[in-house]
Amino acid sequence: MLLRLAGVRRTFGGLRAVDGVDFAVGEGEVHGLIGPNGAGKTTLLNLVSGLIRPSGGEISLGGHRIDRLPSHRIAALGVTRTYQNIRLFPALSAVENVLVGSHLRRSDPLWGRMLFLPGYRREEADALQRALSLLARVGMEERSRERASNLSYGEQRRVEIARALASAPRVILLDEPTAGMNPTEVASIAALIREVARAGQSVLLVEHNVKLVMDVCDRITVLNFGKVIADGTPAAVTADPAVIAAYLGSEG
Amino acid sequence: MSAESLRDLWLTYQSTVAFIGLNGLLALSVYTTLSCGQLSLAQAGFMALGAYASAVLTLHTQAPFPLVLLAGAAAPALVAIPLGLPVLRLKGVFLAIATIGFGEVIRIFFVNLDFTNGALGLVAIPQRTGLPVIYAALGGALFVLWRIRGSRAGYALEAIREDEPAARTMGIDASAYKLSMLVLGAALAGLAGALDAHFNFMVAPSNYSFGRVVDMLVYAVVGGTTVFYGPVLGAAFLTLLPEVLREVGSRVGLQPGPLRLFVNGLVLLLVILFLPNGIASLPGRLRRRRAGAHAA
Repeated sequence: MLLRLAGVRRTFGGLRAVDGVDFAVGEGEVHGLIGPNGAGKTTLLNLVSGLIRPSGGEISLGGHRIDRLPSHRIAALGVTRTYQNIRLFPALSAVENVLVGSHLRRSDPLWGRMLFLPGYRREEADALQRALSLLARVGMEERSRERASNLSYGEQRRVEIARALASAPRVILLDEPTAGMNPTEVASIAALIREVARAGQSVLLVEHNVKLVMDVCDRITVLNFGKVIADGTPAAVTADPAVIAAYLGSEG
Repeated sequence: MSAESLRDLWLTYQSTVAFIGLNGLLALSVYTTLSCGQLSLAQAGFMALGAYASAVLTLHTQAPFPLVLLAGAAAPALVAIPLGLPVLRLKGVFLAIATIGFGEVIRIFFVNLDFTNGALGLVAIPQRTGLPVIYAALGGALFVLWRIRGSRAGYALEAIREDEPAARTMGIDASAYKLSMLVLGAALAGLAGALDAHFNFMVAPSNYSFGRVVDMLVYAVVGGTTVFYGPVLGAAFLTLLPEVLREVGSRVGLQPGPLRLFVNGLVLLLVILFLPNGIASLPGRLRRRRAGAHAA
């Protein structure tokens, strides 16, 4: 297993936002993380990406513990993400946002640029080309020079996915990637997620669109009040009485 | 105009041109940290360290002038590292307050240092700087900042300015970048201090008070901090303005002092209200307005 969470806890004051969560994501697996509002899904992504520290438990990537590392080190080990409340760099263009995302893949030292070395130019042109082809992958090549703040909601989400993919991560965390998208856009995101997984990259997907989750996920973990209430294949999870109770309320 | 009167004009305004260069360097030193979203007001302290280090070297050793300048830039840069490690964990106004504190500590340190004549400071420093050296330094600083823009590091700095946590999750070591820019800004301020000391013959603690760093910040804001040359435009504009005002003031019979402060404040207010990206954004604005007028 590539990404493993064991007994992960996080409290905010008296609130147990994440309360002893265990699950694992394999290589090239699309792992869904679902649950009612306030179940702790986004908190869990913040814990994995190092934005906040767990109060207890362990998170490991490829056997190395990452839960005490600063977030830029976690990213360097191969975990990048998108945000539920879109956090593109608003003053930068779409392609510049993706170039920022490729920070880890580039190694061009600044003195090369100061001295106008030809190798540096080539590297820069390559990085730009890679960024443009990533934008093409999410269907945004026509709008690559547009400021991020001028893009529509759905377009911003797609640029954010391209930005997260730009570092060639081993695991990509997607926090509600299709929120605010129309059905055609959702279908294209589903195709993209499958394609990413086929290339051997793992996806941890937080999503409210049940159809999308059922379509693309290999496994699903269901959270409620910070605890795992079900874990398994999409078919098994949807049949689970605890899940039905959490979403619809139990009888009686 | 005859060649004679042109030379007179040049002799009168030579020092103003030099001050434009020095103030441009100081404005750039504020810009370096602003470029990754950090408001550091330690720059007057860094300038003092550079000025004193270089003046002491010139007065007490036979060190050649390039080495003196290098020491003037290196001394505050070295101090910026232990200062930045704890202080850059602060954000916004708290960082500003902590760095103001540092600047005052440096100033009061020199007020009480007998070796450099306390509050009187060092005098009779040989004049070794002229316009070519000052403008070479300014050109060098502009070149470095120009090449950073659009590079991998340049994009990292912009990302940190826009959204630091998001930048970190892209693998950008924000702390290292912020520290690097603080060190670069300290080196620029120190270099300006060293050049200033060898242009004005003297250094004294009162030259490096809080008001000095406010001036630097105003240059940067008026010129514009979204492009690297903006702060230099602001420094040029606000250094020339008193000269123009002196002429105007003497004709209408006003004292130059109060008028200068009043107009500086007015310029700052007008820029913040009507030109938030500074003088540097003016050409683009006019172009857009003209294009809009054509379309309409």
